[in-house]
Amino acid sequence: MWRQAKWDEPLIMEYKGNGGRIGTLIPHEKEIEIKLRIPERLKRSKEPEIPELSELEVVRHFIRLSQMSFGVDTGFMPLGSCTMKYNPKVEEKTSELVSEYHPLQDFDTVQGILEMIYEMQNMLAEITGMDQCSLQVPAGAAGELAGVLMIKKYHEDKNRKNRDEMLVADSAHGTNPASAAMAGYKVIYIRTNKDGLVDIDVLREVTSEKTVGFMLTNPNTLGLFESDILEISKILHRVDAKLYYDGANLNGILGVVRPGDMGFDVVHLNLHKTFGVPHGGGGPGAGAICAKGEMVDYLPYPLVQKKDGKFTLDYIPSKSIGKIATFYGNIANVVRAYSYILGLGSKGISMIGKLSTLATNYLISKLKGVRGLSLPYSDRPRKHEVVFSAKQLLNETGISANDIAKTLLDRGFYAPTIYFPPNVEEALMIEPTETEPKEVLDKYADAIRQIVEEAYKNPQLLLNSPSNTSVGRIDQVTANHPSSVTPTYRVYRLRSEGKISILK
Amino acid sequence: MDMHPWLPNLAHIKEMLQAIGVHDIYDLFSDVPNEILLRRELNLPYKEPLSEYEITLRLNELKNKSMKLLMSPFIGGGVCPHYVPEAVKFIISRSEFYTSYTPYQPEISQGLLQALFEYQSLIAELLEMEVVNASLYDWGSALAEAVMMANRINKRSTVLVPENMNPYHKEVLKTWVYGKGMKIVEIPYNANSGQLDYEKAKEMLSSSKDISSVYIQQPNYYGVFEENVEEIIEYAKRNNVITIMGVNPLSLSLIKPPGEYGVDIAVSDGQELGLPLNYGGPLVGIMAVRWDGQLVRQMPGRIVGLTKDTNGNRAFTLILQTREQFARREKATSNITTNEALMAIANAVYLSLLGKRGLRELAEEIYKRSHYAKEQLEKIDGVLSPFKGDFFEEFLLKFPIDYSLIHSHLLKKKIHGGIKINRNEALFCVTEVHTKQMIDTLVNEVREVIENVEAS
Repeated sequence: MWRQAKWDEPLIMEYKGNGGRIGTLIPHEKEIEIKLRIPERLKRSKEPEIPELSELEVVRHFIRLSQMSFGVDTGFMPLGSCTMKYNPKVEEKTSELVSEYHPLQDFDTVQGILEMIYEMQNMLAEITGMDQCSLQVPAGAAGELAGVLMIKKYHEDKNRKNRDEMLVADSAHGTNPASAAMAGYKVIYIRTNKDGLVDIDVLREVTSEKTVGFMLTNPNTLGLFESDILEISKILHRVDAKLYYDGANLNGILGVVRPGDMGFDVVHLNLHKTFGVPHGGGGPGAGAICAKGEMVDYLPYPLVQKKDGKFTLDYIPSKSIGKIATFYGNIANVVRAYSYILGLGSKGISMIGKLSTLATNYLISKLKGVRGLSLPYSDRPRKHEVVFSAKQLLNETGISANDIAKTLLDRGFYAPTIYFPPNVEEALMIEPTETEPKEVLDKYADAIRQIVEEAYKNPQLLLNSPSNTSVGRIDQVTANHPSSVTPTYRVYRLRSEGKISILK
Repeated sequence: MDMHPWLPNLAHIKEMLQAIGVHDIYDLFSDVPNEILLRRELNLPYKEPLSEYEITLRLNELKNKSMKLLMSPFIGGGVCPHYVPEAVKFIISRSEFYTSYTPYQPEISQGLLQALFEYQSLIAELLEMEVVNASLYDWGSALAEAVMMANRINKRSTVLVPENMNPYHKEVLKTWVYGKGMKIVEIPYNANSGQLDYEKAKEMLSSSKDISSVYIQQPNYYGVFEENVEEIIEYAKRNNVITIMGVNPLSLSLIKPPGEYGVDIAVSDGQELGLPLNYGGPLVGIMAVRWDGQLVRQMPGRIVGLTKDTNGNRAFTLILQTREQFARREKATSNITTNEALMAIANAVYLSLLGKRGLRELAEEIYKRSHYAKEQLEKIDGVLSPFKGDFFEEFLLKFPIDYSLIHSHLLKKKIHGGIKINRNEALFCVTEVHTKQMIDTLVNEVREVIENVEAS
């Protein structure tokens, strides 16, 4: 039976013996004699409550915490739309290319880094079918913001002040409407039709001289390819609205069909998804924002260019929206993605979409027809991911998608994404990726099948799960209630001293 | 291609297709219009997969094209060279952390959640602020998020920023607020002290009803401490303007943290707390707010909180998620999903290793060395600091000759000098990685080039 480590590990600030210890020595220059001249009124009034521990205590503490965590290296993580593929270990070595270099160093001193960025700009343009890529964006959502701002500036340059509607598919990732709103746009949702695709008739009706663009991911969050994409592109381009590609789901078609060839004008990529960069517990990620035709002029700066055999990172597109991140994006992760691409080459990258789609449909073949689960919308092949609905199971047994998720944890599998997309009730969104061996997919399918059988026989057992994880089910009410919400230890401490009140 | 270390199912394609009930892998793409199917291989400069050895060869080749400096560069400008203890790298390389995802299933991700809670808690103590999120991208974008947050709260659309703030942060801010049509107005600074023009700031704060927030950078871009921040904050409060302070986290063991000033929002970058330079990324954006429901509920990004499990054990989970984009969509406080979680853990390990005493010693050491460097450089004829105010880590110097000449001479000696600000001025950064001997070498080289140019 699978069991996760369970340590009664105190908080680092609760360590016994805390005080009079140090975890690392600070270098001292004894020959420099300078007195602190900081004006009295600027001085800190009391020391911060930061613990004093030995190196071993600190290391042991965090190692124990790591043992109570779960990553792709621990087990299968088929989180839909997150693309939790294997992260090749060679990437750790290659990221040393950039670790010691300051972003404001003279270009002459960082030619190797710039050459790598330049190659990445070009390779990602080829992979997406776009004309130019900027690596300014530190993550996918930052790429979306950049993309939407590019579209905004484009329309403003054309003096279209009354345009303010961004179209978003109702199944889209929450980041799409959030990014559109950050750019000051009204969000208009486009309904999904009975086949799980964008309702073209609705799109035709809604698209007007008020439309700035359409944010779409293809394949969509149901794992379905939007077959009418060329028609969608025509509808948008007729009013000179821009088609925006959310690259979160690119993995299912990588090397098979390119956003640029589908008619997209602006594309963001999540390098930490599609290109094997580790997710680090939710970051750092890395992104790219690519554009075609006249949209290239709006890319965030700077980009690398090559002049007389020398690379410089000072190319500013003529109508650039500006900078999205303080320096050049998460270059240490860009070099990880670079080594991932090198490790696959054209041949391997061209296989990714095929193999991840194969894995998804293989998993479907194992789960199709399981009592209580249904495959909503059409019967077409899914691409990167599949969304099952556990609505029937809930109706018949009281066991929800959440209960299935918690029971999967007990078996040493990470759960699928649940309750997303919003247009599927009791959604279980599974994305296996191309890196999981067939046998693991078999085991996962078996686990789900057994859990569903158990739901009909003995649902109570499932309601008590998980019990093999470090803690049991979480009390979300206490976590979020204004009288008990505790976002830091400081709040916990001040509350117990009666120094802070309910969060008003 | 029939075998690849990252693609385990290459040899099982037929078998899997059979289970699915199709003949060809392209049958799974029959819904893709024919005219857009890429019927060719991608055209990348690397056709065949490279072996791991070949990848490292290529990376070494690139590494050798960059210049190895004699010592860490004397550049700051938002990120500074520091020593990162091995234990930090060791912990964040633990693959349970490093290959994990945003902890959507808290029961199986307790360690990650606790580590992030500890990050939030340690930063809260350093800043003397109550609520910290589990990180944003970097200082510039954290500032932009803070300004947009203020705009959501009071619906006003002008932000006052110091003219002597980090110019890279200013550029980022400009881009982010463009969408909302916000206006950025600069508070001038005093060319003698290097500090903000406090009288002007106060005047500007009460000049318009549209001022949403005011930003103060402490110390400012030229490393100089702002001495009269209290007055600005008091004026801002009187005019219901939200106060945002950007801080250097390492300076905070010596000088007043933002919480002591009573500011609403604090922003910074955790790069100086255990991250390498990474050619500018990943960094880690810090954001903290006061204990105030309106601020907390408008805060962007993930927040980890303390709670219990159903058995009453202490547990951690993501909290206040109704703020986030997957719950509120276009009404969300921000679009951020992927943050800099692993870097935040690096900060937590770093702060734990140093402890409050190590942090103070480090800050004193940086203070000492940067002051020593400035004093030594000022001993060179014609070199002087344009500002009177005291400083931390970075300082601006004026040179009697074009700084470019000094800079290119230093580079020839494999030393990287400061950031050129204008023809005769440059901003230098000196930290614990610069020994006295390195500083003396820098000073000698600067002296030599100035004397040579002046003699010729």
